[in-house]
Amino acid sequence: MARLAQEFIARGADLELVGIRKEFPGFTAIENLDLHIPAGEFFALLGPSGCGKTTTLRLVAGLDEPTKGKILIGGKDVTSTKPHERPVNTVFQSYALFPHMSVLENVAFGLKQRKIEDPMAKAIAALELVELGHLAQRRPQQLSGGQQQRVALARALVNRPSLLLLDEPLGALDLKLRRQMQIELKAIQMEVGLTFLHVTHDQEEAMDMADTVAVMNKGRIEQMGSPEKLYDRPHTVFVSKFLGQSNLFVGEVVESNPSSISINVSGNKITVPTDRAEKHTGTIAVGVRPEKANFHETEPTAQSGVNLIGPGEIIDIRFTGVSNQYLIEIPGIGEVTVFAQNIGKSPVTELGAKVWVSWKVEHSFGLNDLPANSATESISVI
Amino acid sequence: MAFAAFGHGGGSGAASTAAPTKKSKVALFLLLPGLIYLGLFFLTPLISLIVTSLEVPDGSGAMGSYAYGFAIENYGKVVTEFWPQISHSFGYALIATIAALLISYPLAYFIGVKARRFPLIQGLMLTLVIAPFFISFLLRTFAWKQIFSNDSAAVTFLQQIHILGPHDYLVGTPFMVIFGLTYNFIPFMTLPLYSILERLDVRLLEAGADLYATPATTFRKITLPLTAPGIISGTLLTFIPIAGDYVNASGDFLGGTKTAMIGNVVESRFLVLNDYPTASALSVLLMGVILLLVAFYAKRSGTEDLL
Repeated sequence: MARLAQEFIARGADLELVGIRKEFPGFTAIENLDLHIPAGEFFALLGPSGCGKTTTLRLVAGLDEPTKGKILIGGKDVTSTKPHERPVNTVFQSYALFPHMSVLENVAFGLKQRKIEDPMAKAIAALELVELGHLAQRRPQQLSGGQQQRVALARALVNRPSLLLLDEPLGALDLKLRRQMQIELKAIQMEVGLTFLHVTHDQEEAMDMADTVAVMNKGRIEQMGSPEKLYDRPHTVFVSKFLGQSNLFVGEVVESNPSSISINVSGNKITVPTDRAEKHTGTIAVGVRPEKANFHETEPTAQSGVNLIGPGEIIDIRFTGVSNQYLIEIPGIGEVTVFAQNIGKSPVTELGAKVWVSWKVEHSFGLNDLPANSATESISVI
Repeated sequence: MAFAAFGHGGGSGAASTAAPTKKSKVALFLLLPGLIYLGLFFLTPLISLIVTSLEVPDGSGAMGSYAYGFAIENYGKVVTEFWPQISHSFGYALIATIAALLISYPLAYFIGVKARRFPLIQGLMLTLVIAPFFISFLLRTFAWKQIFSNDSAAVTFLQQIHILGPHDYLVGTPFMVIFGLTYNFIPFMTLPLYSILERLDVRLLEAGADLYATPATTFRKITLPLTAPGIISGTLLTFIPIAGDYVNASGDFLGGTKTAMIGNVVESRFLVLNDYPTASALSVLLMGVILLLVAFYAKRSGTEDLL
């Protein structure tokens, strides 16, 4: 691989979107998008279907035109250029391999259009990079989904674009192959050093592969940052529920000091460090990740630095292999989810057991908006 | 090696299980009506036609009296005698087919690709394409003769702007015949083109643009090859009937004595002069040449399965 990697010289360029707005007849796909992706970064746009992420990708590729705003690649304004004039290549969700050409001709297509010297040799090298050299003469229809995906990747990579766009390219693969492809894709990106813009609705995929994740919702970016930061400190209800699972509690701020604030949820006091809360007054939502919470069958003694709520009743237990997932109904608060890692001595509990739930104050996070129904709720996204 | 994990997962030769080859009597039974029909109404007249084409005058001198013979020279005679008409048939058919293709392709592309998001417009335009079929073929051709008759406004106008000379007319010219042929066969070209363009995956065109191909190159390298089957069936559906057409080139319609095609000779030999061997020989010749041309064309286009 090292030899091949040298042939794919790093030429990543940065991408800048300035005040992008995209309207379609009847709806606005993108509200007002500002985004900067540094050269050589693996950037993921994460969001549910219809959030505008694929539209963003198509605008960058030049397949659609923005209603307003500017697109700059490597500092050059490309807003009004046609797709074939942009130093960008796309791995399409449908792969869009040309069915009337062999795999090799597919990969060589872009090189031939730009009159690059020796396109066939370069195409073969690219196919070898994705371990498909032996299938060069086949038609795309004769390959499996995973192989087609790699051909699409080779067809884009061989052009050494400044920016590689990936439109949910792993969506059609089964789970095991998808995991493998995620690892390969990340490895290739590190090797070739290109700028990758990856659009996906799979939060695990985004967190696993990207240097920076932007969570998109309803045509806007809700929050952007490293996967660790987004997971640890979500700013909005949407991010807290789209990236992993969260237990959210809504209450009035009753105590406030420079280091922490506390809210009152039906008589239970829940504390969050001030610098981990977006809002510090009025009614706010405070959350905790299910794996950060523990439950106890006997009431623990209250101690500072620990949030304690309960008692409640276990109403559901799910075994998922790596963990047990407990659903606990606490009167006045609602349902709380707790994950207990399966380390061979999980708490001996059964349905209906009376338990208390606790977590460290520094694991709480305060959001800047409230859940839609405003009641305390446990949100889980499967 | 990052890809070693599934480098050898390439066993994708879809092993199609062979369909049971049990030839049942039911299949034969189902084919029977068709076979009987073909035998009676295609094979018998065809043999009769070939036999007639080899007949010789029976010596009585009466019109339409011929005796069985084996006059292969009949074929040589018709080729020398009717060479202009034979060349008209294939020349006009070639030009009209190309003209129909050039007109129909953009039309079919618009209906099948551009109008895809507007099913109402799509349906309306398709209806318009086949609308001429609601009126008799003869009537429509006759209407064109009226529109371009010698004292029509259209011809007078063309004479005034000096496209036509003061004593030039349109009816009876090869141009008018080819015009009529093109017009009458456009739907046969448009419909097969539409049916393949309607299924064209436009995402492939986006991929072409993404891979640095200009719109023109994308059309040439992607759209055209992918729609080739439609072009082939469209051209065959137009060329074959045009080569045998006799209405447009007839003096009663758009043609004149100088534009006669094989069909016109066959018509007058059969129905007016009762010269059955000549008419039959021309018919068989026409059929044979078309068959050869189509076989060659289909082979060149790599679609032998059309035959």
